[in-house]
Amino acid sequence: MENIYLDFERPIEELENKIIELTNEGKTGLDVSNQIKKLEEQANILRNKIFSHLTPWQVTQLARHPQRPGTTDYIANIFTNFIELHGDRRYADDPAIIAGIASLDEQTVFIIGHQKGKDTKTNLRYNFGMPHPEGYRKAGRVMKLAEKFKKPLLTFIDTPGAYPGIGAEERGQGDAIAQNLFTMSQLKTQIIVTIIGEGGSGGALAIGVGDKILMLENAVYSVISPEGCAAILWEDKKKVDSAAATLRLTAKNLLELEVIDEIIPEPVGGAHRNIDEICRTLKKGLSKSLSELQKHNSSTIVLKRYKKFRKMGQFIEKNIDNEEKI
Amino acid sequence: MAWFRKPKYTTIPVTQRKSEIAEGLWVKCKDCGEMIYKKDWEDNLKVCPECNYHFRLSLQERITTVLDNDSLQEDDTDISPTDFLDFTDSKSYKERLKIAQDKTELNDAVITGTGTIDGHKIVLGILDFNFMGGSMGSVVGEKLTRAIEKAISAKLPLIIISSSGGARMQEGIMSLMQMAKTASAIARLDTSDTLFISVLTDPTTGGVTASFASLGDIIISETKALIGFAGPRVIEQTINQQLPKGFQRAEFMLEHGLIDMVVSRKELKNTLAQLLDLLD
Repeated sequence: MENIYLDFERPIEELENKIIELTNEGKTGLDVSNQIKKLEEQANILRNKIFSHLTPWQVTQLARHPQRPGTTDYIANIFTNFIELHGDRRYADDPAIIAGIASLDEQTVFIIGHQKGKDTKTNLRYNFGMPHPEGYRKAGRVMKLAEKFKKPLLTFIDTPGAYPGIGAEERGQGDAIAQNLFTMSQLKTQIIVTIIGEGGSGGALAIGVGDKILMLENAVYSVISPEGCAAILWEDKKKVDSAAATLRLTAKNLLELEVIDEIIPEPVGGAHRNIDEICRTLKKGLSKSLSELQKHNSSTIVLKRYKKFRKMGQFIEKNIDNEEKI
Repeated sequence: MAWFRKPKYTTIPVTQRKSEIAEGLWVKCKDCGEMIYKKDWEDNLKVCPECNYHFRLSLQERITTVLDNDSLQEDDTDISPTDFLDFTDSKSYKERLKIAQDKTELNDAVITGTGTIDGHKIVLGILDFNFMGGSMGSVVGEKLTRAIEKAISAKLPLIIISSSGGARMQEGIMSLMQMAKTASAIARLDTSDTLFISVLTDPTTGGVTASFASLGDIIISETKALIGFAGPRVIEQTINQQLPKGFQRAEFMLEHGLIDMVVSRKELKNTLAQLLDLLD
């Protein structure tokens, strides 16, 4: 597949296109290997330079890159024996959330993840990764299955948010999300959450309460999109740069705020530039977290999970240090 | 010393008197447009006698309409918000907090404590929409969580009266985490067999609807209150069409099976008392 370049990647695009041109010329018999080598080196330097200094808004664009690997890519490359489970047994099957059972090496695990499309057709099918209540209720049902069979639950977050529509409200979007927070907080099995792309507010959190929160290097996680924030607080949709920076939505920001536990490094240029590599790295991260969590029994895990979220928040309390009083 | 005695009559400048008559004695209903005599309106708990529209109440008014007189004992009054993200949009978060604190004389958008309703002792939380839209940041999340934990340990019924636009954007991701925190606390309360009544008032949307407010054993909404997850404006922009009349109102929520009952302001205290009688 041809790479889709973002605006800030234009200089890289030019160089990479030159390399492709030269490679094609090389096929006609000319010796261009030295020139190609030189250009490759230049491209590497440029990539490292650009990608080591991304602004939060640029990271947001990478997190939403149309070619960015999604839940189904990780399922296909990290797990085996995947069997998809459908429907909430109440209303419908929501394709914006994928759920099922699979093997992670020798272990059976349950998987829940948002799914976006990669083109117009698939985006319409998956509703751009924006679930309806039935999607969250399917997720809630599968969470309870994981608990019943004492298998770990792995969730993958990649959504602009829960869908804001008439049907979604009629069927209780707020209730559906709240119920999942409720269920996850008391679920008697290990939960590992990975933010793989876009973590859009309550629609992301609805599958995001876990014991370990991993986050891909170029993923974002926020209470509101930079566009929404700019429109409401700056009253200017163009202030997305400032909004993205102010919201502190990058993996590095969130690690500092102790909202996530670990950053999964991505290949230079983003996860989509080398899907095999990101899958290998993520698999290692998941396996490591899982073996750590499996040292504890389920009641310890639930208690630790409660304390993990219990201590989140920053405020001033006279005479008492809020870090201590839990 | 008659020279220094207070005069019997003071004069009021004419301009001020005029505006006071216009704005002071009559109130226009925001729903049906009816002009209501202010005293009648106040006696009617700020409900329009024509169309039953429930105006928003201040926190103090809410307390007096729900709790027994002087029964409130506030908890955690020393917790205040902090601008830990150094969040500045068109105004800084610090400024917005200052304005809200001056306006409401509260530290943040919630009060918690214990009180009685017809003699039943309860743990109570009330959100105040006048404080930055009742938005939930770290202080709201923390105080509510402490109230929930108190209800568990003291074995007292919990009532939370919500009015909130959702998560507080100025606290970024941390406000989102308050949803997980409060919902987790409610899940714990659930395992302790403690009663939780969630009262939704105008408006309750976003992260509050999508966390503790939707998790009541019993969910009550005040008449005509706007209740929903996404705000109506966001939905309109997304689907590009006008929303049907009554969409996301309490009666709509009842019709769609999402709440137990719609109760008018006058009946709220009695309904709560009756539930406490039956379940406490």
